[in-house]
Parts: sequence; C-alpha cells; structure tokens
Amino acid sequence: MAKVLVVTSGKGGVGKTTSTAALGAALAQMGQNVVVIDFDVGLRNLDLVMGAERRVVFDLINVVQGVAKLPQALIRDKRLENLWLLPASQTRDKDALTEEGIRRVIADLRTKFDWILCDSPAGIERGATLAMRYADEAIIVTNPEVSSVRDSDRIIGMLDSKTVRAERGERVEKHLLVTRYDAARAARGEMLSIDDILEILATPLLGIVPESQDVLRASNVGCPVTLNNAGSAPSRAYIDAVRRLMGEAVEMTVPVERKGLMDRLLRRRAA
Amino acid sequence: MINVMRLFGGRAASAPVARERLQILLAHERGQGGGGSDLLELLRGEILAVVSKHVEIDPDKIVVRMDRGKFVSMLEVDVEVPNGVQRSKMVAAT
Repeated sequence: MAKVLVVTSGKGGVGKTTSTAALGAALAQMGQNVVVIDFDVGLRNLDLVMGAERRVVFDLINVVQGVAKLPQALIRDKRLENLWLLPASQTRDKDALTEEGIRRVIADLRTKFDWILCDSPAGIERGATLAMRYADEAIIVTNPEVSSVRDSDRIIGMLDSKTVRAERGERVEKHLLVTRYDAARAARGEMLSIDDILEILATPLLGIVPESQDVLRASNVGCPVTLNNAGSAPSRAYIDAVRRLMGEAVEMTVPVERKGLMDRLLRRRAA
Repeated sequence: MINVMRLFGGRAASAPVARERLQILLAHERGQGGGGSDLLELLRGEILAVVSKHVEIDPDKIVVRMDRGKFVSMLEVDVEVPNGVQRSKMVAAT
C-alpha cells in the first residue's frame, strides 16, 4: 500500500530538499517505486538537486489545473528507473494549488507508487499546509540550533491538527531527522545534543545526518547524495533512515567520514 | 573561572543555555497553540476597554509585555494616563 510522506521543517535551509532527494533515491535503490513531489511553488529546487532541471516541461500546477495529464508531468530519473519527480511550478501564483486538486493528484499517485515523498516549502503558510495535508507520515528535518528546533515544534503541532488524518482522529506518524549534526561540537557542549533535541521535541528519531562536504558536492552536480557517493557519511545516515522507514531495526549511530589513504597522506602533507 | 578557561582557548558550553531557553519558550508556545503574541494582543485590547470606561486614554499608549521565566512569568502593563490638563492650556501657561 502506498505511503504519503511529507518532508517538512518550518524553517528554511535546514535540508528538506536535500533529504527528500537523498531518501527518495535510497528508497528507489531498495527496489521501491518512488515519486518525489516539489510543493515549493515559485521557488522550486528539487528538480535542480535531482539534476532534472532541463527536463521540466509540465509541473504540479499544470496537472492540478488539468492543463497536463499526470504522466506528462512526471519525470523519470536518469539513473534509477523506479524514481520519478513531479516538479513545482515557477509561476508565482501560489493560489493555483487547491486542496481538492492536490487530493486528486495524490490519490492518483497512490495507485502507481509505493512511496510519495512531498517536499514542503519553508514556513507555515498555504504551501506547507498543502504539502502535509494528505500525509500518512512526516519527516521533520531539524538542525541542532534553537530557531530550527522551535520551528519544528510549531510544525509538529500543525501535523497533529491540520492534516486530514488529524481531523479524522487518526495520527500522522512523525519521524525526526536531525541534519548538519556535528558530534564533536555537541560533545564539547557547543551544540544541542541529540538527547537535548529529543527531550524537547518528544518525537521518535529517524536518523542523524552529520554535517558533511559531500552534501554540497552532490547538489553541485545535481545528484542525490545517496547516489553520488553512497559510502559517504551522510549517505550512510540516509540509507539507515530509509531502512528504519521500511521497518528494519537499525542501530542508531552518527556515521563518520571514512578517511582514505590518499586523504590521510594529503592531510599529513598539508599539516 | 571563565576568564581562565578563555585563556586556554576553552569556552563555556552554550548548548545548555540553548536547551533551557527552548524549554521555557516552547512550554509557553504550546499552551497557546502557537505564537505568543496573540495572547498579548488580546490582553491589550481588553485592558484598553476596561480602562477606557473610566479614563480617557490614547489607545497607542498601552504597552503589554511578557517576560517569560522558567517558574514564573512577569506580565507588565504600562498605561499612560493624561493628567486632564489640555495641551492648549499647557502652552498658554508657559
């Protein structure tokens, strides 16, 4: 049965789009049929992070308005044949997205895919509420930083009140994904620790993605980090998170960079 | 002590401060179903209505502030009440 998963955060710049692409690709690599939807109307970026920006013809708004059929708007990933993208529109008319339109599109996608990942825009306005509206589960992306944690708390409140599931008296299963984590700084008391964040937000932890240069490297070339360098620390964190989403019991760790021989030699020479 | 730590390149841990600030803030925000400013705006309006029944005041001269603490919070209400001396008379007196 298809699962609709919203990737949300309240605050901008914490890694929603990076995480949507990385998780979507990791799920697809495990054989799942996956579609990632960009809900950030006017500021679409999931296409760019996925490396599909030059292949966008139709978008979510075109489908909602009936200008295009769903199969015309879906873009198949070049690397994984069971990974698809439904891009957002660059038009500034945010009101073009209607609740009824989104409901129809998601109902249609449910018949075709195992996972429907909704990349939410930042904020708590219309775009963010529409992205979470039909979700079965939610991933709340949080940085170990006060403003991000506060905004995550707001979003958790909205997931419990403004979603269709919440209104029916059911619950949206929530998962916390901590990104840009620096274990050394947390150990020195310079950064909120995982325990601090979990105590404050009281939401089950899905994974800990360490701060890493690999994330920027992957977005530079338009490739989900889990495909660009599957052995990197953030990729291993995302892959573990996906295994937990699929119900596997995976020990919670903060993956660390594996230093190759060349890295060590270069570092020694540089030092 | 802090100075000595600074001397050796160390710094007092800031994460516990972040954690405590968040706990205090969120305890209040959750109680109000989001942003705290709504409550203050409501209080301001009602206080204005009550005071206006008896004294003529300028609606802009009411300030309501909340200072949140871990155990108690301080609600500060500042109402500027004119002394009944007309501005024109004050000018005339000088």
